[in-house]
Amino acid sequence: MIGIGHYLVVSALLFTIGVLGIFINRKNIIVILMSIELILLAVNINLVAFSVFLGDMVGQIFTMFVLTVAAGEAAIGLAILVVYFRNRGTIAVDDARQMQG
Amino acid sequence: MIQAAIFYMFAGIVLLSGLMVILARNPVHSVLWLILAFFNAAGLFLVIGAEFIAVILVIVYVGAVAVLFLFVVMMLDIDFTELRAGFAQYLPFGLLIGLVIASELAAIGMGWTFGDTVMATRAAPVRPELTNTQSLGVLLYTDYVLIFEMAGMILLTAMIGAIVLTMRHRPGVKRQNFSRQRRRDVSETIRNERPAVGVGIDTSAGVRIEEDVE
Repeated sequence: MIGIGHYLVVSALLFTIGVLGIFINRKNIIVILMSIELILLAVNINLVAFSVFLGDMVGQIFTMFVLTVAAGEAAIGLAILVVYFRNRGTIAVDDARQMQG
Repeated sequence: MIQAAIFYMFAGIVLLSGLMVILARNPVHSVLWLILAFFNAAGLFLVIGAEFIAVILVIVYVGAVAVLFLFVVMMLDIDFTELRAGFAQYLPFGLLIGLVIASELAAIGMGWTFGDTVMATRAAPVRPELTNTQSLGVLLYTDYVLIFEMAGMILLTAMIGAIVLTMRHRPGVKRQNFSRQRRRDVSETIRNERPAVGVGIDTSAGVRIEEDVE
């Protein structure tokens, strides 16, 4: 059986990749949203690993709620992105500070 | 042995495709790498024995979220080379932050152990007589039903929010107008004509029903 440490390493590396993705793609909000999905996936791997190795189902229950929130967040984020693009013709988030009110 | 090999395959592909998501030049490629990452994460869950979460991951992430990303990337006409500018500028800072987070996670990972009471304080111990899906369902519809409904409300809010944000009324588009439709009666929709032989009906001569254009 694979130990829990293996899963935690994968999860930690995936989390780091996600954070790195937010920083190096600072202008491209689509890739930022995808990086957030990667971070949430890392969290899910962590939850499921602990759930299975402890024999406690609650971790998997909460994985489903994280999935729900991730789906909602992606939908809202992309909707905001579409509206922003429609108004400005670009999705560079450098200009987002001009959205005052 | 074979389990370890499969685990390393899935884990390696997850990490590789995660890296490609953030490094790919073309966001369409990023989305495709993201789909690969989700598939292999589902494989990781299968290896560990969480079948239901694995299948849900494929259905929700690959079937809905990734396709949503793909739609938006392809629908918007975006100049991606412009967005690529500053990549090298942000790279050292990003690597620094990543290094800090990775080392912090490594420090935690090396330092922790399970506590003595952790097995006694489990909220919902696995019942060996039930399958994974059954035990999730039993929990979800009893102890966690309120949170489950809350998740439904979150999805409803997200759906309404997305519709409200992206809906717009274009001028000049024909739409169904219910009140106008209900107010019509026979006198303005039907007229009797008795055209002369060989002339026919000239529609422009009669009363034209004005079209409902908003």
